[in-house]
Amino acid sequence: MKSLIPIAIVLLASTAYGIWYTRSRGEFRAKKSLHGPTLTAQIIGAELGSKATMVQFSSAFCSPCRATKVLLEHMVETMPEIHYAHIDAESHLELVRKLDIRSTPTTLFLNSAGVEVGRAMGTPKRDQVLKALAAIA
Amino acid sequence: MTQVQTKKTTPTVIDARGPRFSAVLTTLVLATALISGQTWILVAQGIVFAIGAFRGPQFTPYAFIFRTLVKPRIKGAVKTEDVRPPQFAQSVGLIFAVVGVAGSLAGIPAIFTIATGFALAAAFLNAAFNFCLGCEIYLLIFRLRKA
Repeated sequence: MKSLIPIAIVLLASTAYGIWYTRSRGEFRAKKSLHGPTLTAQIIGAELGSKATMVQFSSAFCSPCRATKVLLEHMVETMPEIHYAHIDAESHLELVRKLDIRSTPTTLFLNSAGVEVGRAMGTPKRDQVLKALAAIA
Repeated sequence: MTQVQTKKTTPTVIDARGPRFSAVLTTLVLATALISGQTWILVAQGIVFAIGAFRGPQFTPYAFIFRTLVKPRIKGAVKTEDVRPPQFAQSVGLIFAVVGVAGSLAGIPAIFTIATGFALAAAFLNAAFNFCLGCEIYLLIFRLRKA
């Protein structure tokens, strides 16, 4: 039997990370300042909503992307002032870099002007989406 | 297991519980490798990773155990998932296994310990927290590669 120190380190570190990961997925994080780039209908491939737009970035090796898409598409059906756009991250690398998208799914929340007010990484819960949308003036 | 793919754009879907079960077994095997320091255990896990990476995660011995022993005993609605995310994770596991075995053969046990440790962390996160490795690292790798 060799040392138990490596496995202790791995299990402690990954448990700590796992707890943070689980808690932070889907959580809306507001941007501190609204100086980001303005996204237009042409860039995101869908008309901007009159109140807000949710822009989801997805990739191929991502199981929760599908669930997120289903949830958000379903939610906007009953909210005419909110629009939804879905972007494949791999084929929009320049945009991904400009917006600093690091993981998928990442959903950006844009105000009516097309400026990001915050984002959520991972699959958000229904309540988290509603809260994020309510925060957009 | 025969699969008919109608269109190339329609990805194969598998029972989502299969990869999660496999992650539990992978965690146990890699933990044993890390504690014992035995290279052959990492070689064996590396072979499982290779099957998962090249043929698909539904063809590994772990998936076979899931289908024959576990699946018939669990109830509830079957949640399916795209085969590509777990397949990607298997490829990452394979890279760590190859690096770990190479380190061991080169007489540098620290490399074996670190590589096995990372593979174990990923498998454990998947098993315990449903961590999606592809979601977190694929885009970063893609961004770096196309830099």
